[in-house]
Amino acid sequence: MRSLTLGHYLPGNSLLHRMDPRVKLVSLLVLIIALFVIETFLGFMLFGSFIFMIFLSTRLPWRYFFRGLRPVFLIVLITLILHFLFTKGGQVYVRWGPLTVEEAGIYLGSFMTLRLVLLVTTTVMITLTTSPIAFADGIEYLLRPFRRMGVPGHEIAMMMTIALRFIPTLMEEGDKIRKAQMARGADFETGNIFRRARNLVPLLVPLFVSAFRRADELAVAMEARCYRGGQGRTRLRELQARPLDYYGLTTVTAILVFIILTGV
Amino acid sequence: MRSVLLDLKDVTFDYILENKQSLRAVNDLSLQVEEGEYIALIGPNGSGKSTLARLLNALLIPLFGEIQVDGFATRVEEHRWEIRRRVGMVFQNPDNQIVATTVQEDVAFGLENLGVETSEILQRITESLNRVGLSAYAEHAPHLLSGGQKQRLAIAGVIAMRPRCLVLDEPTAMLDPRGRKEVLDTIHSMNRQENITVVHITHFMEEALQADRVIVMHRGEIAAMGKPETIFNGSIDLHLLGLEVPPIPRLAEMLRAEGLTIPTGILDTDDLVSYLCS
Repeated sequence: MRSLTLGHYLPGNSLLHRMDPRVKLVSLLVLIIALFVIETFLGFMLFGSFIFMIFLSTRLPWRYFFRGLRPVFLIVLITLILHFLFTKGGQVYVRWGPLTVEEAGIYLGSFMTLRLVLLVTTTVMITLTTSPIAFADGIEYLLRPFRRMGVPGHEIAMMMTIALRFIPTLMEEGDKIRKAQMARGADFETGNIFRRARNLVPLLVPLFVSAFRRADELAVAMEARCYRGGQGRTRLRELQARPLDYYGLTTVTAILVFIILTGV
Repeated sequence: MRSVLLDLKDVTFDYILENKQSLRAVNDLSLQVEEGEYIALIGPNGSGKSTLARLLNALLIPLFGEIQVDGFATRVEEHRWEIRRRVGMVFQNPDNQIVATTVQEDVAFGLENLGVETSEILQRITESLNRVGLSAYAEHAPHLLSGGQKQRLAIAGVIAMRPRCLVLDEPTAMLDPRGRKEVLDTIHSMNRQENITVVHITHFMEEALQADRVIVMHRGEIAAMGKPETIFNGSIDLHLLGLEVPPIPRLAEMLRAEGLTIPTGILDTDDLVSYLCS
């Protein structure tokens, strides 16, 4: 749980930190599209150095960057191995029994790996610099046009906020239940993985029951405070795009256009 | 003459149970609460106190009878929001009524729902946090607050909406003595300084002693009603209604039985001490 950096937020005061969450979300989308349009290693290099520069400007510690890559490390490795072994074509570099590593495999493998690493890096960089609440606000705003198609943007944002609000509360409660069950002789620490998973049942059942009860009470409390969905609601934090945000958006769009036009 | 804020006429409410049977929670109850009054609502578990509270701000609608809040009937759906902005509710569990991830945003929640302008919201947040003494915590995450602070935050969130009436459903039941005192002081100052009507449901008889009027509920009906002095002077058998007599009135009663002449209306330690020593 603690090593999962995706969605972890590190407060700061860099340009990227101060950008409007809506702009960051759209920019992320544009950059991801750009990543999939890139066709050459040169393109990746240019893209990578752009991301690298932004990363330096955020002054995030390097370890967070690597921690963010950790969850996808296995996927990257598997991609690399599969391509090396099974993509055929061009010169044969290694022959080992029936297995061969050929030119096309190495090329495509490293290409895909680079794309994946850059994709994760970009995303992690955005999530590290955007508070989850700002994210929720941004998502709510960006989904607004799709309201008519039945996309519940406000509800999604409200759910995110409430989830964030209750994560610490439920963690505390989980800890309390764990201790209570341990006091009655429950064992959470020994045995193989299946045994341990099964031993978690007496922890999870009360936690779920209590979560449902909380949800019920919270719904009543929200209704008592005149909550009636997103309509006619004002916001304490009104999102406001500043010149910085327009520069940022222009830059990423320019990058995408450049990649498409030059075909790098 | 103060005006009537809450007007309940022959109110009955049933819960429908899972097996389709109905359970009567409030039975043919009539009550008028005046503007600025402090009402303590006591009664054993299942006597209909909480149901009554939920009926007051249209979270529940009576089966029979009529409830009017400041002239708005709870039965009319269009009035519901007008009623809820007039009658603010604070619940028992401090955790389960805080919505947002910071203190100030939680105070803002109700105001956002009402569609108040951002500048006005900011002003009212400052104001309400000042009133409950949480100004220093505006940016804090709610789970870092103590129980008493959480309840005061809940009160701040409600008074930011400028209600006429505060309904509190056992707001101190889950708090330690210090938290209880904080919350009680806050409620009393709201009542005295802002003239906000208070309906305070409680299990603690000491809390009821400070009310203008005590209502004892039993099986969905009002079993007794009056000033704390008359409710706790021994004339009503609270034991029979499943309640405990608070310590000082009980002591006064025992002394009376021993032959001392103790006037009724002595409810707290100071009164009793000063009477016995005079």
